[in-house]
Amino acid sequence: MGVVGGEITSAQLAVRVRKTRTYRDHRPADRTPFVLDVALEIPPGITIVFGPSGAGKSTLLDCIAGLLRPDEGRISIGAQVLLDTDRGISLPPQKRQVAYVFQSLALFPHITVEQNVAYGLVETRMPERGTRVNEALDAFRVRKFAHRKPHELSGGERQRAALARSLATSPHVLLLDEPLTALDAGMKKSIMDDLRAWNAAKNIPVLYVTHSREEVDALGERVIALEQGKMAVSGTPHEVLAAPRRSSLAQAAGFENLLTGTITELRESDGVMRVCLEESDCEIETPLGYSAVGDRVKLAIRAGDILLATEPPHRLSARNVIPGTIVSMEQRGATVIAKVTAGRNAGVGEGVSFTVHLTPGAKRTLGLEVDCPVWLVLKTYSCHVLDA
Amino acid sequence: MDALLLSLRLATCVSLILLFIGMPLAYWLAYWNWRGKFFLEAIVALPLVLPPTVLGFYALVALGPHGPLGRISQALFHHGLAFTFSGLVVASLLYSFPFTVQPLIASFEAIDPRLLEASAVLGAGRLRTFAKVILPLSLPGIVTAVVLSFAHTLGEFGVVLMVGGNLAGVTRTVSIDIYDHVQSLEYAEANRMALVLLIISFAVLSVVYGVNRKIGRRVWALWAAR
Repeated sequence: MGVVGGEITSAQLAVRVRKTRTYRDHRPADRTPFVLDVALEIPPGITIVFGPSGAGKSTLLDCIAGLLRPDEGRISIGAQVLLDTDRGISLPPQKRQVAYVFQSLALFPHITVEQNVAYGLVETRMPERGTRVNEALDAFRVRKFAHRKPHELSGGERQRAALARSLATSPHVLLLDEPLTALDAGMKKSIMDDLRAWNAAKNIPVLYVTHSREEVDALGERVIALEQGKMAVSGTPHEVLAAPRRSSLAQAAGFENLLTGTITELRESDGVMRVCLEESDCEIETPLGYSAVGDRVKLAIRAGDILLATEPPHRLSARNVIPGTIVSMEQRGATVIAKVTAGRNAGVGEGVSFTVHLTPGAKRTLGLEVDCPVWLVLKTYSCHVLDA
Repeated sequence: MDALLLSLRLATCVSLILLFIGMPLAYWLAYWNWRGKFFLEAIVALPLVLPPTVLGFYALVALGPHGPLGRISQALFHHGLAFTFSGLVVASLLYSFPFTVQPLIASFEAIDPRLLEASAVLGAGRLRTFAKVILPLSLPGIVTAVVLSFAHTLGEFGVVLMVGGNLAGVTRTVSIDIYDHVQSLEYAEANRMALVLLIISFAVLSVVYGVNRKIGRRVWALWAAR
């Protein structure tokens, strides 16, 4: 931890909390209390907290900001203790110097952007107060909207105003609760670039909560995956997204294909097994799971990891080549989403349905149409085996 | 005209005092959660359903020379409260209480709790959050509270009669004056006073409804421009 010009520049955020919540609005049947139980150390820089809704992401941020009181735990920024239940310490939110940008942004609707940004600076005296406000307005490019009310701004501008307001106070930690979800990719990137530029100078821990896999890929240096109140995985975006452990995380991580199957054969020396998909005659090779022949498993496959061929490919390293038929194609933005059925169900004749993403160019070159016979090509290690 | 002026004076005193008592109470009822809260809510709403004579009777007992409020007043000011203007104010405070507190609670509760949390996270304590966020955002509710309790006090009859009696210039309010005129078959005078009261009540309610529809941005603008 270094102190420069009276500001703590690189203090690590350490969080250990346990918080039980019972939601009153739930039906009595599913009134099992939710328990958040995590221990994290967040270095300066951007850390993504990733997980499906209900995983405890917002609860975690509320505990750090002091809006919720954990049952038990300790939260500190460098040497400063914000919460220590053993010692009976719990600073109120206004004393924590933790900035928090809510999903709803919560800009004050009755005052201008400039007044919003100045809101957290009452204790700063005037010449410096003005400087800090202008600095924040400039850093997030909202100077020209300074005299407008929040309802007169676009979504991206409001987002920028909320960041400026939070960071004008020189916080020691920044918490962001899915603030960019509603924005398009370009807007998102430009705002994140401004945030990175700001943080290059201040170097504080930034916790960015999201349930979107795209954001994890686009923003993350470090990712922590939360699931059902526990830390499931942490590491680089690649490590976290490539190794889902449970099916809810897989769905959140954007695995468009979630298939069930039965293990038919284990080839332990090769580190693989064969899985028969959904009672069809379709069999694929997957990495070895902790299972035995006859066990049911879940497989997660990304739509972008499946290749399509218009004639039977050979001399290929990919171990799974499955004949099928295109049943539908739909273009969304620059992605063509194709549904392909393969194999045949015993009796029903429906087969297994795969979702495949390809580029419009690939669709043109191959002349893909609905009802085209195709071959699905799948690498063994693109098939992720989940706990069934 | 004495009666009308007296009524206006009474209604002004009552609605302003109630605003100051009602604000912290409404804040507490809107934002605090505790098990016994419903009990307090029921007490606050009680004057809405109680017959004015019942309320007036207990007020009279409390304000009388042997009642708790009467004794305090006797000790402090060397006169009782029954059949005085001050006594009338105290009884009217009770009577119009829900008309101040309910709109305040409703407008406090309508504020997005995230705004209050945002204020706290930005370093503001409860008082500052109240002054800078809650108060300006609940301005329509505050106007409604003042206007409704004003109108309600202006029109009261039973409580005033029980506590204040009918002393010209001291406790004879418009509604009692009208009653007197009708009793003495002076329909022209009764009509004049009744019409005045009708017009005032209508004007006041128009303000409430008008304000609740349009106040949003305009009053914020006024507030922010100060």
